[in-house]
Amino acid sequence: MNFNRKDLLGIESLTKEEILFILETAKSFREVLDRPIKKVPTLRGKTVVNLFFESSTRTRMSFELAEKRLSADILNFSASTSSSTKGETLLDTARNILAMKVDCFVLRHSTPGTPHLLAKKLPVSIINAGDGAHEHPTQALLDLYTIREKKGKIEGLKIAIVGDIAHSRVARSNIWGMCKLGAKVRVCGPPTLIPPLVEKMGVEVFYSLEDALTGVDIVMMLRIQKERQNKGFLPSNSEYIDFFSLNEEKLNLAQPDVLVMHPGPVNRGIELPARIADGEKSIILDQVTNGVAVRMAVLYLLLAKR
Amino acid sequence: MVRLMNEEDIRRALLRLSHQVLEKGVEVADLIIVGIQRRGVPLAKRMSKIIEEFKGKKPGTGILDITLYRDDLTQIAYQPIVRSTDIPFSIDNKRVVLIDDVLYTGRTVRAAIDVLIDFGRPQKIELAVLVDRGHRELPIRADYVGKNVPTSSEERVEVKVREIDGRDEVLLLKKSEVDI
Repeated sequence: MNFNRKDLLGIESLTKEEILFILETAKSFREVLDRPIKKVPTLRGKTVVNLFFESSTRTRMSFELAEKRLSADILNFSASTSSSTKGETLLDTARNILAMKVDCFVLRHSTPGTPHLLAKKLPVSIINAGDGAHEHPTQALLDLYTIREKKGKIEGLKIAIVGDIAHSRVARSNIWGMCKLGAKVRVCGPPTLIPPLVEKMGVEVFYSLEDALTGVDIVMMLRIQKERQNKGFLPSNSEYIDFFSLNEEKLNLAQPDVLVMHPGPVNRGIELPARIADGEKSIILDQVTNGVAVRMAVLYLLLAKR
Repeated sequence: MVRLMNEEDIRRALLRLSHQVLEKGVEVADLIIVGIQRRGVPLAKRMSKIIEEFKGKKPGTGILDITLYRDDLTQIAYQPIVRSTDIPFSIDNKRVVLIDDVLYTGRTVRAAIDVLIDFGRPQKIELAVLVDRGHRELPIRADYVGKNVPTSSEERVEVKVREIDGRDEVLLLKKSEVDI
């Protein structure tokens, strides 16, 4: 199969075959991370710009490491120290950087659709590193990779995604990806944080965490974003903890070999207690390691050609 | 189309290559056989087995993919499939024998040497190939050759192996036959 795309904008637009091809390619890159010299010369001479208009630790460092391990040159841009504070538009910023002859933009922006705009206007590769509450495709790919690595498959698995589904690009990208690969996906959270018509994406909605967890193979806890807490979505933090925080008792309702995931950053004590985050069922740090391999695969598939 | 080698020819060539490798240094503990993806891999496994049968001890056997080290990634229209590399032991101070099916321009071998050097510092790297068809573009030569075949650059040499293609043979195709 040839992966004949200029950009990676979201999971929704990928076919099942394309997703599996990226995951297979990522396997070979995962091995590179275990070598004594964790660097290959594949993207020598290519320049990648990390254009981050929103704060990020994990995703940005993960992309940067992936780029470095592939021997690409890197430019890092953060909105706070740039000309966008002087009023330059996004497109002007991108066109000016492009005029310096770069090959790829990795873009994070709070407005959904921003990467799509750049992809349409610019002749270079655009990778969406999170656009508002819309999509975060490389996060979903690394989650799918990690599930496949641990469970050997995705088809037929029961997966519960718990928390703020409405504002989560991680949830959206994962739902597209998991459904395309044949998993049975459940979403669970307080009604204010479940988006209307989410069933149309092919998921089952639960408002009780106990019901949602019964019999699942994977539980993915989402971060409760502090910025949502004062906007009336939740009566209080402690009420959320009472109903939707994970604990051992609730986790016992799942399959005995259930695995716990979290895209980070974890609010310890809110989404799940430290005991579970650091426990043997947690694969949170595997997700982080695999993130570098998956991003290397995406960069390779988009950039290692004429 | 000309058949250059049949199953028996390949069997004998691998037997001879294995013995030549052992003639140059008999210590199996210091020997590592590494097959280059894809068809070098089954050839490496077979040679490793021959050496084990002869010496009673199996040499370390690895797999190497050169895709990430290719020198033409900026010139081709589609990115090649990245296959696995698996060298699960230290190659420091070991004698590494690279195995590939066909030696042609030497560019694959150049890339393979670069991969190995990123894995460690072998005492020595040698090259064994089933077929040497000439037309080198780099100063590279094989230490062990199954069969030398003079070819024109218009022709193509195709090695088929049981493990991948279901049969063992080496074919020489004319240009007009190549795309059929």
